[in-house]
This record gives sequence, C-alpha cells and structure tokens, in this order.
Amino acid sequence: MDFDRTREYVQHHSEAEGKAQRKIIWVIFWVLLGITGVEVGLGLSWQSIGLAWAFVKWTFIILTLIKAYYIVAYYMHLKHEYKNFIFAVALPYLVLVAYLIVMMLTEAIYVHDIHGLI
Amino acid sequence: MAGHTPTVDSNTLWGGGISPFNISYGKIMMWFFLVSDAFTFSGLLVSYGFMRHSFVESWPVAERVFTHFPFMHGDHPLLYVALMTFILIMSSVTMVLAVEAGHRMDKNSVIKWMAWTIVGGLVFVGSQAWEWYHFIHGTELGALQLVDGTIVQWVNEAKDSFYLPGKEQIMISGAEAVSMMKNGVEVYGANLTVNEYGLPLFGDFFFFITGFHGTHVFSGVVLNFIIFVNVIKGTYEKRGYYEMVEKVGLYWHFVDLVWVFVFTFFYLV
Repeated sequence: MDFDRTREYVQHHSEAEGKAQRKIIWVIFWVLLGITGVEVGLGLSWQSIGLAWAFVKWTFIILTLIKAYYIVAYYMHLKHEYKNFIFAVALPYLVLVAYLIVMMLTEAIYVHDIHGLI
Repeated sequence: MAGHTPTVDSNTLWGGGISPFNISYGKIMMWFFLVSDAFTFSGLLVSYGFMRHSFVESWPVAERVFTHFPFMHGDHPLLYVALMTFILIMSSVTMVLAVEAGHRMDKNSVIKWMAWTIVGGLVFVGSQAWEWYHFIHGTELGALQLVDGTIVQWVNEAKDSFYLPGKEQIMISGAEAVSMMKNGVEVYGANLTVNEYGLPLFGDFFFFITGFHGTHVFSGVVLNFIIFVNVIKGTYEKRGYYEMVEKVGLYWHFVDLVWVFVFTFFYLV
C-alpha cells in the first residue's frame, strides 16, 4: 500500500499556464533587483544629497519588508495557499518577532543610558 | 496557483482523510521547519540590534569596514555586498524557474535551471569566503588597542596621532598621544576577540550571523545537488511529479530571504 499521499496534492500546469507564471517570475525578479538597486544607490549617496539618516534608515527597512513580501508570497508561493495555512505560518512568526523587536529596542536603549551613568 | 482546487467544506475539512491545507505532508513540514529557522535568525539579528543600540556611539560603520572589491583598488563601500545580493536573487529566480518547469514535467528545463541555481549558490559561498578573508586580514594600517581595550584609529601612516571612537572624531596627538600609546598594542584585522575596526562584538556578530547564513547556503547547495542528481537519473520523472524540487526550492528561497535581512541590518542600516 502506498502511504505517501503526496500525489494527491501535487500541482501540475499546462504550457500556457507555465508561460504566464514565468512572466510573473521575471517581473518579480526586476522588482527585487530594482529595490536592491535603490537601496545601494541610497546607501552610497544619502549623505551627498543631504537626506536625514532617520528617513534613509526607515526607507531601507520598508524596502526590505517589501522585498521579503514578494519572495515569500510569489517565489515561495505562500500567497496562493489556503488562508488557514498562510495564518498558521505567518502569524506565530510575526507576533513573536514584533514582541522581540519591541523588547530589544526598549531594553537596549535602557542599557545604553545606564552605560552613560557608570 | 493552478492545479486542482477542491471546494472547501469546513465541516469535513478537519475530519481526516484529506490534508486540510491542501498541501502534502512534506511541504507543510518544510514550511514549519523554515518558521523555526526564521526564529533562529531573528534571534541572532535581534541580539545584534540589542548590542548595537547599547553601544551606539562606538559601533563600527559597516560601510567603512567592507570596502574591498576584487581587482579594484581603493574604497568601494557596498558594491561587493550588492553583487553578492544580486547573485543570490538571481539564483532564487533560477530556482523558481526549475520549480515551474517541474510543474510541466519538463525534465530538461529542470536540469538546466537547477544547475544554474547550484552555480549561483557556489559563487555566493565563494564570495562570502572572500569577504571573510578580508575582514580577518584587515587593513595595512591596522589600528591601536589601548590598555583599557579601546580601539582607536590612526590619523595617517605616521602613526603618531589617532581618533577616539565616537561620532565627534576627537583627535589625540603630541605628548598625550605618546603617553596613551605606550602600553597599547597594534592590531590588524578581526577575530572573535580583537577587531581593528572597533568593538570585538561587531566581529563576533559578523562571524556568527554571516557564518550561520553561509552554512545554510552551503547545505542548500548540497541539498540542491542531491535533488539535481535525482532529476538527471529520472527519479521524479518516474514518480510523476517533481515535488522534491519544490521542497528544496522553499529552503533555497528562505536562504535568499534571510540574506535580504542580513544585507539591510548588517550592511545598510
């Protein structure tokens, strides 16, 4: 008896569908490359064009999150899974990491201020 | 994306007999493994952020540390790491193209795209080795470690005056510099205990985070290679589906995803 039931959930598609998918893959490649290019360009030039560091920093972080979204949603295909599954994967992660980041920032700033007092 | 989309009946969905997520066991487990792995990397990056914010004045600026580029002289901040990022994104594209070809049962295309993915992975690991070499090796000028462990940077080749760490660039020269230099030692490059660019912690985090990521890339290349050999042998052609390519693909995209964050939080911000 065949215990591996992978076959029941395997995805196949036709040549026409494949062509459409390849187009999406390449569009996203250009998006990822473009964002990386903007990041590098900004990293090299923000001082000479006189931007505020806080603005540049948050731009980097937001662009990174956009890149991460495209990789996970399209390349890892998560966007097209069942909604239950998306939540099962993304929610535990996002909740814990948001908590970690808040703790990290508040505690690190506190520790930093303590250094100044010693 | 495509494939069969059975109607979801919430009453019987969790009753057994079918996968409630409409994904095979192996793929679900790969996803949950990746979530746990993502926690590990998040822990590393968050602890990096913690230390960096705690020592914000004396933390080295990554742009001034990683300035080398092969076959080019002078300072080229960000260029090399941008190239590494490009290589990894490119290999992510070839991987997803291999997965797509697998859905069409196009064996030759799977072989072609997997081969390019493996090449991209090897080039990336090689680039990382090069980057490590230069970080460990350090600059020709080196730096001075004072008695209390503080790393100070020479003003020029004369090595008679130096800058104290910090945003204000306070310069020490003359008799004061001589007395402070007396028991100091010159240091070159970085390892786990000394770092000529500043705090040793910076080096520790660099070695651990990029090392842990590099280990992932390397094991990803090994896994890709095993699956690549199976593809050539026709294992999946016989089986009727290429889901193993999809599973190693998930792992490979995850490695790329982690690098996106390492790139931002180690090199850019």
